[in-house]
Amino acid sequence: MTAMRRFLPGWLSSYATLYILFLYLPVIFLPIFSINTAATPKFPLSGITLHWYEDLPKTPALIDATWNSLIVGVSASILSTVLGILAARSITRYRYPGRRAINGLIMAPLVLPEVIVAISMLLVMLQLGLSLSLFTVVLGHVLVCIPYSMTVLTSGFEGFDRSLEEASADLGESAFGTFRRVTLPMVAPAIISSLLVCFTISLDEFIIAFFLTGTEATLPIYIWGQLRFAAKLPGVLALGTLLLLASFVLMTIAEILRRRAARRTQNEEGLHA
Amino acid sequence: MLERVQSERMQSDRTMIDIRDVTRSYGSFKALDNASLAIREGEFFSLLGPSGCGKTTLLRMIAGFDTPTSGSIAVDGQPMDGIPANRRPTNMVFQSYAIFPHLNVEQNVAYGLKRLKLDAGEEKRRVEEALAQVSLTGLGKRRATELSGGQRQRVALARALVMRPKVLLLDEPLSALDKKLREQMQVELRRLQQAVGITFVLVTHDQYEALAMSDRIAVMFGGRIAQVASPKEIYQRPVNRQVADFLGGMNFVKAEIVEENGASLVLDTLGFGRVRTDKPKAFMRNGGAATLGIRPERLRVLWDNASAKFEVAGKVVERHYFGEITHLIVEIPGLEKPLSVTETNDFGADDIPVGAPIRLAYDPEALVAMAD
Repeated sequence: MTAMRRFLPGWLSSYATLYILFLYLPVIFLPIFSINTAATPKFPLSGITLHWYEDLPKTPALIDATWNSLIVGVSASILSTVLGILAARSITRYRYPGRRAINGLIMAPLVLPEVIVAISMLLVMLQLGLSLSLFTVVLGHVLVCIPYSMTVLTSGFEGFDRSLEEASADLGESAFGTFRRVTLPMVAPAIISSLLVCFTISLDEFIIAFFLTGTEATLPIYIWGQLRFAAKLPGVLALGTLLLLASFVLMTIAEILRRRAARRTQNEEGLHA
Repeated sequence: MLERVQSERMQSDRTMIDIRDVTRSYGSFKALDNASLAIREGEFFSLLGPSGCGKTTLLRMIAGFDTPTSGSIAVDGQPMDGIPANRRPTNMVFQSYAIFPHLNVEQNVAYGLKRLKLDAGEEKRRVEEALAQVSLTGLGKRRATELSGGQRQRVALARALVMRPKVLLLDEPLSALDKKLREQMQVELRRLQQAVGITFVLVTHDQYEALAMSDRIAVMFGGRIAQVASPKEIYQRPVNRQVADFLGGMNFVKAEIVEENGASLVLDTLGFGRVRTDKPKAFMRNGGAATLGIRPERLRVLWDNASAKFEVAGKVVERHYFGEITHLIVEIPGLEKPLSVTETNDFGADDIPVGAPIRLAYDPEALVAMAD
């Protein structure tokens, strides 16, 4: 038993180290090779340069792709957050038959194979006679973003003390005034968090964008296209590093805001403090 | 004494809240069943009862958060049918206090004033005044999250009082506080009510709270109002066993009705013999049986050779020590249940041995007849 106890901590920490390495080692290679002077990703590095980063803004196709991604990201995040607010509000505030089933159906796209979703959406779009464009990509991204938006928003709305809205009405405020002065400020962090999460997901999403876009490429599609040319690889790595960084920063801000929203709606319970 | 006199002067006979035949049904369940009540202007009125008795439902209907299924509620002569909560002359202190967590104390108190579009100086003056009323002067800039339970409650009070409502509704405002703070707040709430002269309606399940603070109390059970009276009358002359039981301890003795007339009853009991008592209001005779009640503190231990005009004799079977008082359980020949007696410890009631014979004196005035 004591031997077991002595052995376990060492074993556990090496397991944990391996675990983290497995998760992040591939990601670490990206920034490392992006500052390599040679075009081939091979150790040892032949020299260090920011050359590949400097080249990025000089590529018109890349600028176009960035713009496309921004447009799609902003539209998809706003749309899915608006839809998410409505659904999350209904699910956290009211009790009605089928509430759980509806919640499950909204969350389902999270586990559906994305390639299948993409193909199905392509079929539907074509049946509807829609021509493929950034608009169809936005629709596809809304579908995959809503589950994430719902997760963030329900955690922000859950535990919202209903008597706060009643107190506002009691003090003479109208329904709209109550929403503006109490509900909105309290759930704002969750809403911003949802916008950031959806934007990040849309920015990084490849499969659906690949199937549903027409001639306009988003950033991941641009990267995919560049991979055909070995010489362009360091540029792709540099771009990838920047995308990674952006995603990481956005998700961190989103998580901080989500926690703040949850704390805010739930601190009413600390009555005995 | 002085406070009593002041409070009585402040009250008038004018009805402030008129509740007529109000029923609230949820499907076949009646949360409130045909309740009628007139609450007077300037009165500290309590709705007292166990959870689920309909007291909170009634309060929420006065506030406008719930609608009667049938019947009507008028505040200050104005029927409230169809008038939403935000246009009623009532303000509420919520059980959870419902302090807006994203606003500081001052902003919380000024919340309702914003809609009145007062000039900045006037608004500030009223906020300061309200904070002073609840002894929170100087804490205006505190964040809601930095307040203690007692302070949150004061903010909730100030936020409602600053609106100068005709009626202040309080939904179990002290239930979240610890015992000491609760007792302190009872005194403060009572004092505040007398200072502002606003009609207070308090919902509580704590009988001592209701007795200590109210001018009048409505005791409620199962959606019905059982009795409306002053604290003293509720405690001393409960209309039925349920009310008597809810308001502290009571000994119940089986009795037989010998004689009934307009004002009094003559009852035969085994332990207390033949007793003449006041007939309670709305006494509904149910055959020949009735119940006689006496509070444990109205039975006094008779020491040594002392005698009293009215006494019962028995044997101590249990003794429980509570510091300033001792609780004795006394078996009386002929009574199916032993009597509870609370006696102060000034004369050594805590030393009475279990098993000792004992004589108890009582005042026939303390005997209450109740319908069975």
